[in-house]
Amino acid sequence: QDAPEKEPAAAERAEEAKLKAKYPGLGQRPGGSGFLMKRLQKGQKYFDSGDYNMAKAKMKNKQLPSAGPDKNLVTGDHIPTPQDLPQRKSSLVTSKLAG
Amino acid sequence: GAGGGNDIQWCFSQVKGAVDDDVAEADIISTVEFNHSGELLATGDKGGRVVIFQQEQENKTQSHSRGEYNVYSTFQSHEPEFDYLKSLEIEEKINKIRWLPQKNAAQFLLSTNDKTIKLWKISERDKRPEGYNLKEEDGRYRDPTTVTTLRVPVFRPMDLMVEASPRRIFANAHTYHINSISINSDYETYLSADDLRINLWHLEITDRSFNIVDIKPANMEELTEVITAAEFHPNSCNTFVYSSSKGTIRLCDMRASALCDRHSKLFEEPEDPSNRSFFSEIISSISDVKFSHSGRYMMTRDYLSVKIWDLNMENRPVETYQVHEYLRSKLCSLYENDCIFDKFECCWNGSDRQIILKCSVVSFSPFTCSIVMTGSYNNFFRMFDRNTKRDITLEASRENNKPRTVLKPRKVCASGKRKKDEISVDSLDFNKKILHTAWHPKENIIAVATTNNLYIFQDKMN
Repeated sequence: QDAPEKEPAAAERAEEAKLKAKYPGLGQRPGGSGFLMKRLQKGQKYFDSGDYNMAKAKMKNKQLPSAGPDKNLVTGDHIPTPQDLPQRKSSLVTSKLAG
Repeated sequence: GAGGGNDIQWCFSQVKGAVDDDVAEADIISTVEFNHSGELLATGDKGGRVVIFQQEQENKTQSHSRGEYNVYSTFQSHEPEFDYLKSLEIEEKINKIRWLPQKNAAQFLLSTNDKTIKLWKISERDKRPEGYNLKEEDGRYRDPTTVTTLRVPVFRPMDLMVEASPRRIFANAHTYHINSISINSDYETYLSADDLRINLWHLEITDRSFNIVDIKPANMEELTEVITAAEFHPNSCNTFVYSSSKGTIRLCDMRASALCDRHSKLFEEPEDPSNRSFFSEIISSISDVKFSHSGRYMMTRDYLSVKIWDLNMENRPVETYQVHEYLRSKLCSLYENDCIFDKFECCWNGSDRQIILKCSVVSFSPFTCSIVMTGSYNNFFRMFDRNTKRDITLEASRENNKPRTVLKPRKVCASGKRKKDEISVDSLDFNKKILHTAWHPKENIIAVATTNNLYIFQDKMN
């Protein structure tokens, strides 16, 4: 393959500079517990039945606020509804590799 | 250069899967594995399904090609689950499949998702009992008062049926996500590794497993690295290795203590601290580790390279092969689109001791062939011949699908003037990743998985 125009370390640091220019708030080290914790928490989906029921009780006559554009968001400001929760996927069809 | 690997000339053989570009998530292939004889080839996907292909018996009249792989069995291995206690969605995606060596007529494999490992038995049924006294052939019961004579039911041949049944379910032993399973050379035990722990199981026992590595810190704020892969040594049943997100490999000996938190060997390539960048640690994370067949060496895959380590030398790899060095100048965008976290696997050719005979030479001079293979982007995959030091880039694409036509080597132009037939780095399709590849244990047949298709290539037979 063609030799890189910059020495590896210089190329990496140039890329780092680009990234920091785009995201000035980026921490010094990408590693560390915060970064890894995100990796460990993959799959976490929260539903607070207390919040949900309180909201339902308060808004008996009104339409419940439904999901905004981001249907995957079920934490934070948005009050989740059962429709927004991750649905158990329906029966799967046979793999296309076997077709 | 061209012709990596004793001038093996790779030709397209087969492709499995849908042609359309609209890929359903469930169809994304997540693991590929040949069994010990190479007769069976298993794939797992994001939808939790396993498809097993079987190689046709060689056709004596068709000496120019080896048997094709056809569907043998397919089953739903894992289902999606929701852990209500932890509010955790458990994907059904099959992370790894590992075959057991064949002991009887049935075949056994282990398949795992993030949390649960299952032992599957795949067996053939080619006869069925007929001639019951109390049942009709369609299964309806006969009125016993109408039975006047007795007969002995006999087995009659039937169309081959392949059945898969789960024989063991190894559950509830992993708090974090399982990334590896590895069967021990004793063929009785196996290990499973998640981000922070490694457990040892007996294949017969599902209600107990032994924790052999635990790197969870008392205070999670102190977490600095996670386990990324683990494998048992091919010959020493007491030895295993595990790799980390910081680019280290630890070799552990289970005879030393019950909990192998102290490694016997630590393999790490020293790095000049002045060369460190924001990306250094991320790209040093090892995504796969594989022992050579002899067990003398091991291979690791990090984001940009493949490294060969001699187990007798901890302070640096003996060989390093650049998979796609041209990506080093693209790390910023690869970080933004998350590609920098892609986990590429790697594999050795079938057998270290494979002897290649050059047919034109009368007096044969046997030598061992050692080639390693790994995937890249744009549906490219790479092979490195450790003896000749030649490497080759090939593409898994339906455009190259003329059987027995040798695949054309590809070249990526990193910078400067792009030559004809070269592809510039900026034209690479980073959605077309080859993460999973497998090499037949005995022959020059390889299985390469693109996002949702499985390609089989074999060497040109004259």
